[in-house]
Amino acid sequence: MTHRLLGLAAALALALGVGPASAQQKLKVGFIYVGPVGDHGWSYQHDQGRKAIERELGARVETTFVESVPEADSERAIEGLARTGHGLIFTTSFGFMEPTLRVARRYPNVKFEHATGIKRAANVATYAAKFHEGRYIIGQIAGKMTKTGIIGYVGAFPIPEVVAGINSYFLGAQSVNPNVKIKVVWVNSWYDPAKEADAAKALLDQGVDVLAQHTDSPAPLQQAEARGKLGFGQASDMERFAPKAQLTAIVDDWSGYYVQRAKAVLDGTWKSEDTWGGLASGMVKMAPYKNMPDDVKKLAEETEAAIKAGRLNPFKCPVFKQDGSEVECKGNGALSDEQVLGMNFYVKGIDDRLPQ
Amino acid sequence: MRLELTPRLDPSPLARVLAPIAAFMVAFVLAGGVVWLLGRSPLAALQVYVIGPLSDPWALQELVVKATPLALIALGLSYCFRANLWNIGAEGQYVMGAVLGGWLALATHGTDAGPWVWPAMLLLGVLGGALYGLLPAMLRVRFGVSEILVSLMLVYVAQLTLDYLVRGPWRDPKGFNFPQSVTFDPAATLPLLGAGRIHLGAVFAVLAVLATAFVLGRTLFGYRLRVTGEAPRAARFGGFDSGATTLAVFAISGGLAGLAGIVEVSGQIGQLQPTISPGYGFTAITVAFLGRLHPFGILAASLAVGLTFIGGESAQILLKLPLDLTTAFQGLLLLCVLCADALVSYRLRLVRRGGGS
Repeated sequence: MTHRLLGLAAALALALGVGPASAQQKLKVGFIYVGPVGDHGWSYQHDQGRKAIERELGARVETTFVESVPEADSERAIEGLARTGHGLIFTTSFGFMEPTLRVARRYPNVKFEHATGIKRAANVATYAAKFHEGRYIIGQIAGKMTKTGIIGYVGAFPIPEVVAGINSYFLGAQSVNPNVKIKVVWVNSWYDPAKEADAAKALLDQGVDVLAQHTDSPAPLQQAEARGKLGFGQASDMERFAPKAQLTAIVDDWSGYYVQRAKAVLDGTWKSEDTWGGLASGMVKMAPYKNMPDDVKKLAEETEAAIKAGRLNPFKCPVFKQDGSEVECKGNGALSDEQVLGMNFYVKGIDDRLPQ
Repeated sequence: MRLELTPRLDPSPLARVLAPIAAFMVAFVLAGGVVWLLGRSPLAALQVYVIGPLSDPWALQELVVKATPLALIALGLSYCFRANLWNIGAEGQYVMGAVLGGWLALATHGTDAGPWVWPAMLLLGVLGGALYGLLPAMLRVRFGVSEILVSLMLVYVAQLTLDYLVRGPWRDPKGFNFPQSVTFDPAATLPLLGAGRIHLGAVFAVLAVLATAFVLGRTLFGYRLRVTGEAPRAARFGGFDSGATTLAVFAISGGLAGLAGIVEVSGQIGQLQPTISPGYGFTAITVAFLGRLHPFGILAASLAVGLTFIGGESAQILLKLPLDLTTAFQGLLLLCVLCADALVSYRLRLVRRGGGS
């Protein structure tokens, strides 16, 4: 009898904690970060989104984060948030997918938001950003700015999101500089400043003079700065780490989405859905274009405007694979979203083998 | 004036037992001071770090889940370390256990294979870890290669092998090309104990503690380990074959690490991914030494280290204390334990300059 009463009390508490919140009832919003909040890249930007929720919704919300959560051991941290009255939980890395789904099954009244994921449930939504739109722009800048004709790329893991980014970057470069070459180094980590710096050094030693990165720390950009070469910021504006080297940065801006989703929970209108925002929706932004001549800056701005307006798609058909075969065009004049989200091939002209 | 450490001829057994407890208390006081300097209440931190998790059934369950792989690996390592052999590659043996055991889960995926799958996976896991552990042992016995370097470097080989498999041949065909295998079928999943997340692995950890206590305390093999470690020449005169000992301890150590790997994959993670360990194989080295290479000590140490992880997460959630504090606290704890150990075995003396002997 006693434990039944306890169970009832617990159910009641859960219902109270996560239903449409009344004026006095705060919504607790939790965040799980894969890296340290001070990485000045991926996790840092998600934390900017968390702060935006606090700023915009003030007394109606309370936020919490757990940082540097290993993906293979994340279920406990996620459940730790769910069981302490958090009504909305953002898990901000692909590897949190299965643990998020498992915890979500046990806490049906808590809403979950999984970044870059591909599986949803009634209380698990997914969201990601079209970073490859920004990568096309920086590809064009790189193609214009390189003197050696070799551009570089520091990649984290050969997953579709990163591969699509490399392809988009290269296609952008090729569109303004048909003879451009690209070199890629994988570091097999999202955040490892020492390895990222080593990868950058290796690329610079091979004649690369414009460096892009899909890892989370400013280390590669700092290497470019130290050698008097050029580069791009990743995830956040990294200008203060490399004022002479940073041409621009692809900035992830989760603030708008996070505030909107928290509001939806407060209003009781939250639904599980998939959101894929790009330059047009403001989820991807470009940092100011600097350290480049006016004509390059003008080109970048025009490309940005064209992508925003839907006039330009980095993966407009035809797209060719490395072996020269044409990729089937499943979208409307360009590759479909599914094809981009599952991209596991390099485009023609990339002189490197994709780790398979 | 200077400080001098002189060995105690007869260290008190009571002090030996009390030293880690004293070390914990000193570490808590020091960490409490840091928390206080950060402007938070040290008592609230103690509540969140220690008392909370220990009085909450959910946190206790999570503690057992977290301590299970640590205890299994550290127990195995204690065989090696006792024999003065340095297996630094448990992380790799853990991964190889998960790979070999996980192979069966993938091979039987979608078939109607019966409930024999998970027990067979466990056996393969032990085998995978043991064989992988034997590599550095054989190189040492046959060619005198440093087992420290070989076992450590084989960690990267194992991790990259797993990485290759889940990106290539073992990738989930319906997974949008993301590097992970299919999720295991129920027959390939380790049974849970009760309704929570504690799986059968916890039972294996306890059995391994008891078995290790028996082997080390009551068998000739255990005696041989101690002699080989503490007096290698005496062991040779005694006719103990050091090569056979080396192979045996690495096989045991690797086997237990492999068991931890397959248990974690089939009981906790439920699929193969590029990374399946947040560094258990290395943390277990700390656990083994915190537990003084004694099976019951290791059990206690694995729970204590597990507690610092869980407490650290609660501190972030409930007190908004930074993760760095948890990491610093883990370091502080180890330092205090090592200091306490030194003070039990050595006497600290203040010697006047020019004085002494």
